[in-house]
Amino acid sequence: MAKQAEPKLAASPADLEQYYREMLLIRHFEEKCNFAYRQGKAGGYLHVYIGMEPLCVAWLNAIRKGYDYVITAYRDHGHALILGSDPVSVMAEIMGRSGGLSRGKGGSMHLYDLKHQLYGGWGIVGGHTALGGGLALAAKYRGEDRVTLCYLGDGAANAGVFFETLNMCGLWDLPIIFIIENNEFAMGTRLEYHAADPELWKRGVPFGMKSERIDGMDVLSMKAEADRIVDYVRREQKPAFVEVMTYRFAGHGSADNDRQLYRTKEEEAHAMLRDPIKLLEQYMRDHQIMTDEKMEAIEEDIIKEVDHIYEQADASPLPGAEEVYQNVYSDMEPERGH
Amino acid sequence: MAANTLTYRDTIRQTLIEELDRDENVFLIGEDIGRYQGTFRVTAGLFDRYGARRVVDTPITEPAIVGFATGAAMTGLRPVVEMMTMSFSILALDQIINHAAKIHYMTGGQMSVPIVIRGPGGAANQLSAQHSHSMEGWYAHVPGLKVVAPSTPECAKGLLKRAIRDNDPVIFTENPGLYGVKGDVPEDPDFTIPFGVARIAKEGKDVSLIAYSRMVHVCLAAAEALAKDGIDVEVVDVRCLLPLDTETIYSSVRKTHRAVVVYEDWRSGGFGAEIASRVSEDCFDDLDAPVLRVGGLNTPMPYTRVLELECIPNERDVVAAVQKL
Repeated sequence: MAKQAEPKLAASPADLEQYYREMLLIRHFEEKCNFAYRQGKAGGYLHVYIGMEPLCVAWLNAIRKGYDYVITAYRDHGHALILGSDPVSVMAEIMGRSGGLSRGKGGSMHLYDLKHQLYGGWGIVGGHTALGGGLALAAKYRGEDRVTLCYLGDGAANAGVFFETLNMCGLWDLPIIFIIENNEFAMGTRLEYHAADPELWKRGVPFGMKSERIDGMDVLSMKAEADRIVDYVRREQKPAFVEVMTYRFAGHGSADNDRQLYRTKEEEAHAMLRDPIKLLEQYMRDHQIMTDEKMEAIEEDIIKEVDHIYEQADASPLPGAEEVYQNVYSDMEPERGH
Repeated sequence: MAANTLTYRDTIRQTLIEELDRDENVFLIGEDIGRYQGTFRVTAGLFDRYGARRVVDTPITEPAIVGFATGAAMTGLRPVVEMMTMSFSILALDQIINHAAKIHYMTGGQMSVPIVIRGPGGAANQLSAQHSHSMEGWYAHVPGLKVVAPSTPECAKGLLKRAIRDNDPVIFTENPGLYGVKGDVPEDPDFTIPFGVARIAKEGKDVSLIAYSRMVHVCLAAAEALAKDGIDVEVVDVRCLLPLDTETIYSSVRKTHRAVVVYEDWRSGGFGAEIASRVSEDCFDDLDAPVLRVGGLNTPMPYTRVLELECIPNERDVVAAVQKL
């Protein structure tokens, strides 16, 4: 929560502007990633966070950035940007360049930034949740008060290893928050076709976790919830489980060209009525925090910034062929290929 | 060098104690390793000695055990995971192969995974089809992992210390038939053996037997039998499958001109096939005969002892192979 906010405001004007800028940054950065993909400058699988921006902005501003641990799945660009990773390095990684966070060896799905305690960036649905448990175990082992944020999608909430992880985190009282990004679809399979009980928040209950469902489109209400839950986990040294109701406006990935296979245009249009950026704009308008002109100017700024990020990333050279053998091991090269 | 005579089992236990004492970042995690004292008693007494923080009993959920250990290792801790048997590591293949092994690479070197996964691998005594796997060849296929399979207490100490101090994920396989084997073990608490260095277990000039783990002992027994026929056998103890010390293997073959690779894993597609292939590729001009393989039968492991023994390579199988050369 804002420190000196007026009683009626959910956040100080400065914080509101910051959240606005950050959500716009994710939105336009992701649009630029799609552009890069269409240009053939990004390949593989590319999953964007459009519509889900508040999940990064609210939670990552509720933790101690660079101290608390963050781990997520493959829809990970926003996490890196909001944690403070160099956006040019993020874009360069997505474009497979030597200036990327992992020098082009990770790609869009595998963003890591040790400096900002971002532990990926993972492509096996549900697989990373156990690593998240391990991060929390490490914090507890060392007697630190770090909190781990472990994001996962609604599809991952069915994975066996996730239940194993919940059990161990509950059993050992680990300081971790599982954030279910429930965007209603496991790729192209709707929640009601993949989950025996679509109220995913209940899945934390059997493991003794504080479990709840919150709105994911209103960044301000989610920020308040995130502050409360992060504080609880840090203070009580217990896990928490949060189902965040969101919606991805884009397809599952860049290769998802026909969203109407699994959802109607009417449904999309309905969901977009609660576009999180529009909601925040409306809030700032209603509370006379910012004029429409100022908002437009900020968005222009962000668009220019993202253009600049893209140009700089595009100027980064491709890695040299000799790098293929580097970083397989920390102290040796693998057997050379034939 | 001062040495004690210890069993393979006690050597591993003693090595774990030394490393737990040396480095606060080292901890043990696995099923029934604490209160129950370990299924094969390798961790006997350690829970009482170090407590639940450093000797962590887990639920029977191998993927999460390895995943938690990997996550903790990414922050710099050095977990030593016990697989109750390496056969159970099959459940955790996704965490081992698709997570732990790739992290250093996918992060562009930003993060390392100093984790050891150790436990009994291979057939014990009538544990039948689901508990008798030799997994080391599967893991030695994976870039990013290091794989060791020591045959003696001394090698177990030196390689386990090296594994715990290593910054990459290491698979450390202990054939259950070795736990009772005794040998001299250096007392030096910093005694380590580098990875990728094979050992000549017995010198000879007529044929090279190339093996690791318990099969080294089978080869040594075969060598004794063959000596009676005047065949002087050299036994190469590979010790470390990945990285593989091809130079020691090749020098032996260049001396003897004949090679038999012996491994307990299924014969087809096992790691012995990789060794045989490399020897054939790189020592072709030195060979007087094709490289032969003695491996486990290509069947699930049967329960009844008489059939189980059919499946596991023995001294007679090795002698027969050498006599074919």
